Amino acid sequence: MKIHEFQAKQVLASHGVPIPRGRVATTPDECAAVAAELGGGLCVVKAQVHVGGRGKAGGVKLAKTPDEARQMGSQILGMDIKGLTVHKVLVEEGIAIDKEIYLGMILDRDTKRIVVMVSAEGGMDIEEVAERTPDKIARCTINPALGLTDYQVRHLCFGAGLPKDKVKEIAVFLKALYQAITQSDATLAEINPLVITKDGVLIAADAKMDIDENALYRQKALAALQESEENDPIEEEARRRGLTYVHLDGDIGIIGNGAGLVMTSLDVVAREGGKAANFLDIGGGAKAEVVRNALEVVLLEPKVRGVVINIFGGITRCDEVAKGVIDAAGKLDIKVPVVVRLEGTSVEEGKKLLAESGLNLVPAGSMREAAAKVVELAYAGAR
Amino acid sequence: MSIFINRDTRVIVQGLTGREGRFHSEQMLAYGTTIVGGVTPGKGGTTELGVPMFDTVGQARNATGADASIIFVPPAGAADAILEAVDAGVPLVVCITEGVPTHDMVRVYEILRHSETRLIGPNCPGLITPGECKMGIMPGHIFKPGIVGMVSRSGTLTYEVAKNLSDRGLGQSTVVGIGGDPIIGTPFIDVMKAFENDPTTEICVLAGEIGGSDEETAAAYIKSMTKPVIGFISGRTAPPGKRMGHAGAIVSGNKGTAQAKVDALEAAGVKVAATTDEVGELVEKTLREKGRLPAAATR
Repeated sequence: MKIHEFQAKQVLASHGVPIPRGRVATTPDECAAVAAELGGGLCVVKAQVHVGGRGKAGGVKLAKTPDEARQMGSQILGMDIKGLTVHKVLVEEGIAIDKEIYLGMILDRDTKRIVVMVSAEGGMDIEEVAERTPDKIARCTINPALGLTDYQVRHLCFGAGLPKDKVKEIAVFLKALYQAITQSDATLAEINPLVITKDGVLIAADAKMDIDENALYRQKALAALQESEENDPIEEEARRRGLTYVHLDGDIGIIGNGAGLVMTSLDVVAREGGKAANFLDIGGGAKAEVVRNALEVVLLEPKVRGVVINIFGGITRCDEVAKGVIDAAGKLDIKVPVVVRLEGTSVEEGKKLLAESGLNLVPAGSMREAAAKVVELAYAGAR
Repeated sequence: MSIFINRDTRVIVQGLTGREGRFHSEQMLAYGTTIVGGVTPGKGGTTELGVPMFDTVGQARNATGADASIIFVPPAGAADAILEAVDAGVPLVVCITEGVPTHDMVRVYEILRHSETRLIGPNCPGLITPGECKMGIMPGHIFKPGIVGMVSRSGTLTYEVAKNLSDRGLGQSTVVGIGGDPIIGTPFIDVMKAFENDPTTEICVLAGEIGGSDEETAAAYIKSMTKPVIGFISGRTAPPGKRMGHAGAIVSGNKGTAQAKVDALEAAGVKVAATTDEVGELVEKTLREKGRLPAAATR
């Protein structure tokens, strides 16, 4: 789960990391007001969206006066960055930058530990640095029993060639970052850049954190920050109904049980010439009501011209799935073809229920057949 | 023969009295799995499903000589349950639980890497040696005993491929679901090594998916294997940055793409199927070419 820059900064501040003064604004006038509060001098207006590359997309601008802050706010608010609309900006005091340092920690699946990365070349181009000159990034992994040790901090800071007179101060930032990533159940925590100002002061000018969704049950304060992927009402509705739904840009609705099987259904539909409108996993052991909800949610996308339901029952019972489909089809006026493939536990009962329902549901014997049928029916006459 | 489990495996169930634990323990008993005990703190001394209950894994292991444990404990207690089993010296631990916090698994793994215990999962369907032992939640009837070793990251996808194999008369030596989380106990490569050393297994199926680099790591080992391997990768059309259900199934940047995995497997001599049906076709074709097609498959 992504959180915004200003939220990540608040988490870091609670671990003792100095951050610039400032706060969030949602209107241009509020931007001007915050700029005035900050003293009316140089400030920066930064888009708060769950996506990287804001600076390069024009979502971060400097303002010399509150009036300019208002102007910048009106430019950035409502702006589209990689498909996401900006609803909030962070207005912060300007910083006189001397050096930009990168500090990052990520939960790494290969080493099964937290990996720390430090570079003297922080800022917007850190990904290029990582790609082109990986030796400019010092790294090490953390043993969770020991935590980040002093010698590792020295290895990282001297290895990255950071200013020697600042190593002791930077160590404090690294330790705070480690506290933040572990105590917040984050899978990623970055300070980029950690700025050394012209006055020699260290400050976290930007920050990023992703929180492990599996841990939200014990991270109540962070869980409350969860937002739908900004402006996707269908994903929001799916979440409300407890469904694992990912909105995609095609027109074939897809429902299945188990992440691997649903992903494979997407692939097979693509092979047959269709394009998935969504990923929807009803999970294991789903009852009829879940299936009805799933079908309703998938049909919220008006582009959908056909739906395929692909179920391999293990703990999921095919008769329950059939009941859910029949229930939904009876209540909703479904105008598009619905192809149902059932296999596994209680498959005969499920097929019988569908056949006897008298509803216009298309049965399929295999995943491939289901995909071929839904594509054929969905595009009939359209191609 | 088989890998990890067989008819002699003696299983305890951690969380046997929970809703999931009870249901699947019944199913495992019905399949013929030897369940020698259950662990639920506070229930020691009682009997459930005809199985003696214990308060701790240590007590259960001492009393029963169990050599494997399957965990149905809810996410908040799952990591602790794994650690308890490792501490009791249980050689094989299977964690079915979905939703274990990743930081918990980082700590568990640190203990695991210095222990003799093999962990399978978490967030997995478990494993089955058809006709002998089922430690998991898969529908047992779709598996048949045979010579195909199969490993997969996902549950229902495993069922899809296994049924296809069984319908063709291609039985399985052992089928292992390693789990869809970012940090798991047993990666593909460990299972492939076990299959390579298992006399019953003559051909392997590896069903991977987008995210991470487990498939690529396995590919480097597969290059040196004597047994043929058929591959399948799920998520070829998944867009980058969108997490496809499994916590581990996400393409970040240019890492973990389906194409990278297909390329790595093909470079290691693996025939990669484009669909699940094609997995069965390729297994059949490869065995026929080697003159090793089972009699059941020629009918």
